[in-house]
Amino acid sequence: MAHYEPPKQGKASQLFDVIVLVILTVGALFVPLWLGMAGAAKIVAEPVDSPTWESLGQTAAQAAQYEALGYDPASAHDLILARFDYSFSAGALIAMIVVIVLYYVLMLKFSEVEYREVIAEKFGDRR
Amino acid sequence: MADIDITSQTMDGMGPHGTKVGLLRVLGPAHVWALGVGIVLVGEYMGWNFAVGKGGAYAALIACWFAGILYTCVAMIDSEVTSTVAAAGGQYTQAKHIVGPLMAFNVGLYLVFAYTMLEAANAITAGYLISVVAGMTGYAGELDQRPFIILVIMFLAWLNYRGVLATLTFNLVITAIAFLAILVLFLSTSGILGGGIMQHTALFEGHEMPYGWIGVLAAMHFGLWYYLGIEGTTQAAEEVRSPARALPFGTLAGIMTLLIAATLTWYVCSGVLPWEFLGDGVNGSVAPLFDTARLSGSNGLIWLLGFGTLFATLASANGCINDASRAWFAMGRDKYLPGWFGAVHPRYRTPYRSIIFLVPIALIFALGAPLDQVITFSILSGLLEYTFMPLNIIMFRRKWPLNSIKRGYEHPFHPLPAVTLLALCALTFFAVFLGYGTQLVAMIGFYIVVSLWFHFWRYRFVNRGAQFTMPWPKPQGY
Repeated sequence: MAHYEPPKQGKASQLFDVIVLVILTVGALFVPLWLGMAGAAKIVAEPVDSPTWESLGQTAAQAAQYEALGYDPASAHDLILARFDYSFSAGALIAMIVVIVLYYVLMLKFSEVEYREVIAEKFGDRR
Repeated sequence: MADIDITSQTMDGMGPHGTKVGLLRVLGPAHVWALGVGIVLVGEYMGWNFAVGKGGAYAALIACWFAGILYTCVAMIDSEVTSTVAAAGGQYTQAKHIVGPLMAFNVGLYLVFAYTMLEAANAITAGYLISVVAGMTGYAGELDQRPFIILVIMFLAWLNYRGVLATLTFNLVITAIAFLAILVLFLSTSGILGGGIMQHTALFEGHEMPYGWIGVLAAMHFGLWYYLGIEGTTQAAEEVRSPARALPFGTLAGIMTLLIAATLTWYVCSGVLPWEFLGDGVNGSVAPLFDTARLSGSNGLIWLLGFGTLFATLASANGCINDASRAWFAMGRDKYLPGWFGAVHPRYRTPYRSIIFLVPIALIFALGAPLDQVITFSILSGLLEYTFMPLNIIMFRRKWPLNSIKRGYEHPFHPLPAVTLLALCALTFFAVFLGYGTQLVAMIGFYIVVSLWFHFWRYRFVNRGAQFTMPWPKPQGY
């Protein structure tokens, strides 16, 4: 394979590349947060009025530890009752699997094309 | 390419890129252990307890052990490849030689983001700890944690800027203290020395499996946090005196240390703290070992675990800066990123531009995002990297079978560790999907976009054949 001579990259172009990467990086984390789509919000499905340790499902030993940590039933109410919702649709699960598989297939395919060029230039026809 | 010597004291070992101002070869196996365990040990001090929140205490223990199996596979695979591809950039350089440039670019970014997010999480925890200590020592009102978060990141970046030996020696000392603090807490509270305060049966009563078996699956997400970062030992490959000996020894000793520390941590914390409090790392227990010490009634233990937590966060953030900057530096040196980042400081011999550039990135996340989101971002980058590893070792063994090149270490039972690792990664993707599906899709979307950017734009600036710097024969099948 003929030797590939890469173009020289100017300083402005280098700076532009860095800015693109930073924007993409920050966007990947903060866009879901800004749009309020970041999951993991636990919810209290069945709040308890005038909570007691018993109504919060706590035994005497468990209540004693909460009190040692500085909680009373009212302040511990949300902490104790909040739960994740693990229900999901088959469509969402399939979409996730497709996205992950697509990503790896895309990456391995493009990598292979680039890798063959590297090996051809490095080794030529040598064994 | 027989002229390349990866143990050279005068060249940086990267062939066409090699310069006489390379990274210094000054580290031994203990430094490798300190780098690996130092980054990870903070996972016992904070973050792992989100696994309790996702599935309950038993689920977190099962996740701890399954994640332990996952990381044992990682350490075995990594030790073989790294002892052979001993160059800065770790898995990034491995991917470049074994899979291809685009994979390498992605792996480089996994490393940088996993470590930079972990660094941000550490700074958040250090800030929280300082605010708690301020409250315990009589400070009235709410302490602003932000100046301490900034200070932690800036101080450690400065330390890294000044030199790797001092940085990792500092890590060795504070990691050892943090590990000993866990042992002392276990011995003091479990009944071995003095009276025990463990109440596992009473605290678990009625809450053994709050989400059932799906909670056990979901807990795998944060189960990774017990060990995330141990693979960072490979980043020191160009700075260890004997890569073939120090890297496998330091890495495997590190994973053994962490398996012990993780199990002890689960035991003492779940035996003292109610699971709902323990499992909420934002509104409940941010630093569970420290909270356990608080309930022990011993001032000595409170101070010891307070310093243990602080030291663990500092050691981890320190190691993260070290690793992320090496990966960024290696990508700059290869022109995968602007070549400006590929510079070594003429006096301190550190990748100083990469170190400085990553400081504001860490600050943006440390100051602007909640802890569980930052941790999830770090875990996702790690998970993508672990999914790459089985593909990497399978291709490595196919392209260069055992007798074709000299390996510093050969891992046993191939391909069993690779297949096990791939299966556990698939399980963990599902665990992340349960509750954090949006972040998962956003992250993969990000990597797809940057992959297209790299393939169609950035790769034009990269030398083709010069990327392959190892003194190996042509791979089989090409």
